[in-house]
Amino acid sequence: MPDTPAGTPDNSGAVETESLGGPAGALASGGPHADNQPGGKERSGGSWASAWRELKFRPIFWISAVIILIVLLMAIVPGMWTSASPTAGNPSHYLGTPQLAHFFQADWFGYDQIGRSVYSRVVHGARASIIVGIFTTLGVTVAGILLGMLAGFFGGWLDAVISRLTDIVFSIPLLLGAMVMLQAFTQRTAWTVTLVLVTFGWTQITRVMRGSVITVKQADYVQAARALGAGNGRLMFKHVLPNAIAPVIVVATISLGMYISAEATLSYLGIGIQSGISWGSDISDASEQIRNAIHLLLFPAGFLSATVLAFIMLGDAVRDALDPKLR
Amino acid sequence: MGRYILRRLLQMIPVFIGTTLIIFLMVYALPGDPVRALFGDKAPDAATLAALRHQYGLDLPLWHQYWNYLSGIFKGDLGTSYSQQPVASILGAAIPVTIRLALVAFVIEMVFGVLFGVISGLRRGKLADSVLLFVTLIVIAIPTFVIGYVFQVVFGNNLGWVTPTVNDSYNITQLILPGIVLGLVSLAYVSRLTRTSVVENVRADYMRTAVAKGLPRRRIVGVHLMRNSLIPVITFLGTDLGALMGGAIVTEGIFNIQGVGNVLYKAINQADGPLVVGTVTFLVIVYLVASLIVDLLYAVLDPRIRYA
Repeated sequence: MPDTPAGTPDNSGAVETESLGGPAGALASGGPHADNQPGGKERSGGSWASAWRELKFRPIFWISAVIILIVLLMAIVPGMWTSASPTAGNPSHYLGTPQLAHFFQADWFGYDQIGRSVYSRVVHGARASIIVGIFTTLGVTVAGILLGMLAGFFGGWLDAVISRLTDIVFSIPLLLGAMVMLQAFTQRTAWTVTLVLVTFGWTQITRVMRGSVITVKQADYVQAARALGAGNGRLMFKHVLPNAIAPVIVVATISLGMYISAEATLSYLGIGIQSGISWGSDISDASEQIRNAIHLLLFPAGFLSATVLAFIMLGDAVRDALDPKLR
Repeated sequence: MGRYILRRLLQMIPVFIGTTLIIFLMVYALPGDPVRALFGDKAPDAATLAALRHQYGLDLPLWHQYWNYLSGIFKGDLGTSYSQQPVASILGAAIPVTIRLALVAFVIEMVFGVLFGVISGLRRGKLADSVLLFVTLIVIAIPTFVIGYVFQVVFGNNLGWVTPTVNDSYNITQLILPGIVLGLVSLAYVSRLTRTSVVENVRADYMRTAVAKGLPRRRIVGVHLMRNSLIPVITFLGTDLGALMGGAIVTEGIFNIQGVGNVLYKAINQADGPLVVGTVTFLVIVYLVASLIVDLLYAVLDPRIRYA
């Protein structure tokens, strides 16, 4: 009887679905890590070091890393990029057109319908997307690793309970569940959206981790460690975790982009972030002016898409570097 | 096979109860008084509030409310919305519209997704392959609502090829543009999935055998390769139905289509609890049935899977 495959794509849109099921086995069986490997010079480091050697020469990796660095800097120190206020409008600038030669000036990307600098709003809007993207991914990854490890390592009733709970939450499409839960909150910040996305998003990584742990725990080096008297805690965190985590990292990186996209969609629908600036709600406001001021739509949408794209490309590059099958 | 279907149906019961319970609790147990909210700024007298609470069963204990709701589902009664209409009849009007839209999107993503995927998988590393990989990546990265607006302005307002909004959902030509927007991201996934699958299978032994037997190329690709390459694609298409239903909220909003997504969007904005619960329940049932059908299709496509 076919159980649901570990990598069934969920509605949040797992990019490269093929990567989710496949590499769990391939990556996991890639061999033990530094901990239990005698360190000869030619073999040192295991698959992470060889993945890095692979990544160093990929332009895609560097392009996405630069984009991510820029957006991160915008989120952390917006003052470094612009001194224009994102909230104070000047009516005389009503729908001012972009001055593409005025680099980093307030009028670089033009003005919106109440005369606010679009460039400044794009810079300040990065923070909400980055907070939601990074912390949702952290949350689902930690939850997924813990639950997947417990289910896969111990099996039995614990596995049954966790797997059924995963099935249930997995059956609620991410956006639907998030919409319903968010409308119960009267004050919605980036942290509220993060909490809600974690509540419905943890199932995918739990499934991937569980599958990966089940493969790894049968490996000879785990059996050997057990025979030498290692306890469950040591087995789980010293032997199984480092060898089972690779597919999780790949899925997490790719889904980071998807969570940024989900936040924008929720804010666009008017049930996302209320206080503060978000690319999604700016795009929603722009849609009213779409016929006479397309720049209001293009700049936030462009930054949003570039950020999502950068995380997806990074995840793709990491996966290719980690998966020996594709070399 | 019969026993497998029965077991699979039994497995759906806890999932169904779990999902409906979660949705129910999110709407009714979280803070906020829906009846009080109905009146906006005006303060109604206590007697009216109590009568309304009684009418919607909100004065019962939570478990009792859930029981009423659950037993109602099996009688086809999804409750009554706060606008005094039965939820089932509101949905009854909206569902056919969304089904037509989803079918258009589904056909587009399936036909073009598989076609592009097979072409690029067979020409691995060539120009067509690189272009497909690049374009699909861009499509996945751009949020649906951005693509929707841009397409609406370009094809509807500027070029005038289609009407910018849908006023007659029976008119398939009006549904093509929203269908493309709704299905575009999935189309990108289907192409990439098919491509990977084809690249893996094209080197398989049975393919070499088929070539060695001297079979015509059309048969090798159309029968031998396709049957084996489509299995992961079918899985994706099944779960994708849920994504289409969710994506319909955005697409129906942009093109002003009066479907399930629109109903849900308005219900959430008006805090119409019974309507939200009813609509989401319906969507979850669709999703569960779709994944059941996918599991059963496996058996037809892959004889190696045997059902005890």
